[in-house]
Amino acid sequence: MSSTAAAAPAAGQTTTLAKAITMGLRAAMERDPKVVLMGEDIGKLGGVFRVTDGLQKDFGEDRVIDTPLAESGILGTAIGMALRGYRPVCEIQFDGFVFPAFDQIVCQLAKMHARSKGHSKLPVVVRIPFGGGIGAVEHHSESPEAYFAHTAGLRVVACSNPVDAYWMIQQAIASDDPVIFFEPKRRYWEKSSLDVSAGPPPEGLDQARVVREGADITVAAYGPMVKVCMDAASAAAEDGTSIEVLDLRSLSPLDMDTIVASVRRTSRLVVVHEAPVTLGMGAEIAAAVTEACFHHLEAPVLRVGGFDTPYPPSRIEEEYLPDLDRVLDAVDRSLAY
Amino acid sequence: MAVTPDDAVELVQLLTPEGELVEHPEYRVEFSDEELRGLYRDLALVRRIDAEATALQRQGELGIWASLLGQEAAQIGSGRAMGPNDHVFPTYREHGVAWCRGVDPLKLLGLFRGVDMGGWDPEEHHFHLYTIVIGAQTLHAVGYAMGIQRDGMTGDADPARNAAAVAYFGDGATSQGDVNEAFIWAAVNNAPVVFFCQNNQWAISEPLERQSRIPLYQRARGFGFPGVRVDGNDVLATYAVTQAALARAREGSGPTFIEAYTYRMGAHTTSDDPTRYRIAAEVESWKLKDPIERLRSYLIRTGKVDQAWFEALEQESDELAKHIRSGCIEMPDPDPLSMFDHVYADPHPPLARQRDAFAAYLASFEGVEEEQ
Repeated sequence: MSSTAAAAPAAGQTTTLAKAITMGLRAAMERDPKVVLMGEDIGKLGGVFRVTDGLQKDFGEDRVIDTPLAESGILGTAIGMALRGYRPVCEIQFDGFVFPAFDQIVCQLAKMHARSKGHSKLPVVVRIPFGGGIGAVEHHSESPEAYFAHTAGLRVVACSNPVDAYWMIQQAIASDDPVIFFEPKRRYWEKSSLDVSAGPPPEGLDQARVVREGADITVAAYGPMVKVCMDAASAAAEDGTSIEVLDLRSLSPLDMDTIVASVRRTSRLVVVHEAPVTLGMGAEIAAAVTEACFHHLEAPVLRVGGFDTPYPPSRIEEEYLPDLDRVLDAVDRSLAY
Repeated sequence: MAVTPDDAVELVQLLTPEGELVEHPEYRVEFSDEELRGLYRDLALVRRIDAEATALQRQGELGIWASLLGQEAAQIGSGRAMGPNDHVFPTYREHGVAWCRGVDPLKLLGLFRGVDMGGWDPEEHHFHLYTIVIGAQTLHAVGYAMGIQRDGMTGDADPARNAAAVAYFGDGATSQGDVNEAFIWAAVNNAPVVFFCQNNQWAISEPLERQSRIPLYQRARGFGFPGVRVDGNDVLATYAVTQAALARAREGSGPTFIEAYTYRMGAHTTSDDPTRYRIAAEVESWKLKDPIERLRSYLIRTGKVDQAWFEALEQESDELAKHIRSGCIEMPDPDPLSMFDHVYADPHPPLARQRDAFAAYLASFEGVEEEQ
């Protein structure tokens, strides 16, 4: 078995988000022999995004399980393995393919701990590459996070950068609760410096983070939209507007303490996500922030998101996806109040 | 394509409806007199549990009840064939199997009364919670069996270490995607799992003809493992067939599909009205195949029990009924705040705040009644 050190970059070296998840999976598997990976094409191929590359070779077919092509089957058998004391990490190949497993996730996986009065633990992680921007055909670009955040018993998280990806996947695997782990597929190839010897991770799996401090307005995002919002903040700074950017990281539970503290500083909030705005994460955050910060707000909470349409053909997906200009437009509208 | 007529299908049977022992070349089990009496006791007591629960529902003490009437032999035979390491994944009708695994019948009633969602410890009894979504649990059984494999508990030289998972489901469930996925997973992984289908002929109002063009057990062949149809009203045969399938699974030879051919004598649940969709003559014909009567007839004719034994059992049955009635009625409603318990293994602050706010709201009513 090759060691973590052999696959990990030295301090100061850069790695992609996808490779950071691979390293996180490897570290978790080395630490705990009960961690098993399950999914379609995850063995020899290393997954369609190569996130599990090399793991079957090193850990064997009993721990990196190439499954038949049936998502409900992946989740259902993962639940059984978890009941037997294993910690399965399921790979769903693309966001739109998670729906055949919906019952197993929301009715079975999410509820079994409560139904058994705490007797049965379900430490299952469901990895879902999500979001658009890669020019894919339909069912390959969706943002289904609200469906899962609406279900009690699940933890729902989204990573946005390699360092978080490395730590959050390990935290998700270590959690005794089921975790829906969203990976921003269009950021898989983005690099940043990752020193795996540094640790422990700066935040818990439940916590949001202020990724850029600002004074005039808060912009909250997660997953693929964090970079868009950071770019928007840089552009706005040139015009003299100071944007504070939050990376929510956890969608359920929401770290309202961090959101509320930020809004109380800036008095304004824009929430940005790729999912349709109606009944999305932005709607929930707007309601919660209105309740918690009513007297601090100088403007209504605004949402920037996808439209209430099916995800469009890829030739026009850039029109659908929030970009820097749409974020700045919302910032301007908020500041105009 | 013609549907294979039922009478052309081999049915494993060891005890005829008339209570005569018959031999089967593949399935032989020697039952001691004590074991036979024990099986009869199980059949009689689970029928009594079921009757009491049905009555309690009629009296408004249970929201609903799914009766096992007519399926006692399928459940007791398969349930008693299991060893302590085997792990059961039931639907919501497996009261007889629960009995065999030592689950207090009152725990089953709790679910239907609405005081909990299945309050037993699945690991203590090796009996998973009832699953209401049709067929979902078959995949859990296969995953559990894959865990058993990885734990090295198949084909071990020490038989006491070996184990298998048993998935229960009905004829309707065989149409579900999950059940078919479970078959595929079990086959390709050679998982130590026994699929125990109680074909009770009806999925609420849908007859078997709406589910399948071939006898269900023959489907197993298409997935790559053996299927066998057993007389589900014959407790000796269901025992023998399940024991053989479990042995096969535990030794590492993979899954088996058992179709226990039986009949749901009652309604699907107490909310159902089977007179709207099935004819009385069909029900009457199945009465002649009653699983308890045939064993009773055998025990009496062979002199293995006397009248005093039946009377003692009747008394035990009455005591059990009393336990169920009073236990059900005295079951306290859960504390409203208990709905917040165990949602997460690791509780999280937003939910804790929601709980605290609700607790404060409830507390605000304290003393209000006294003042009025």
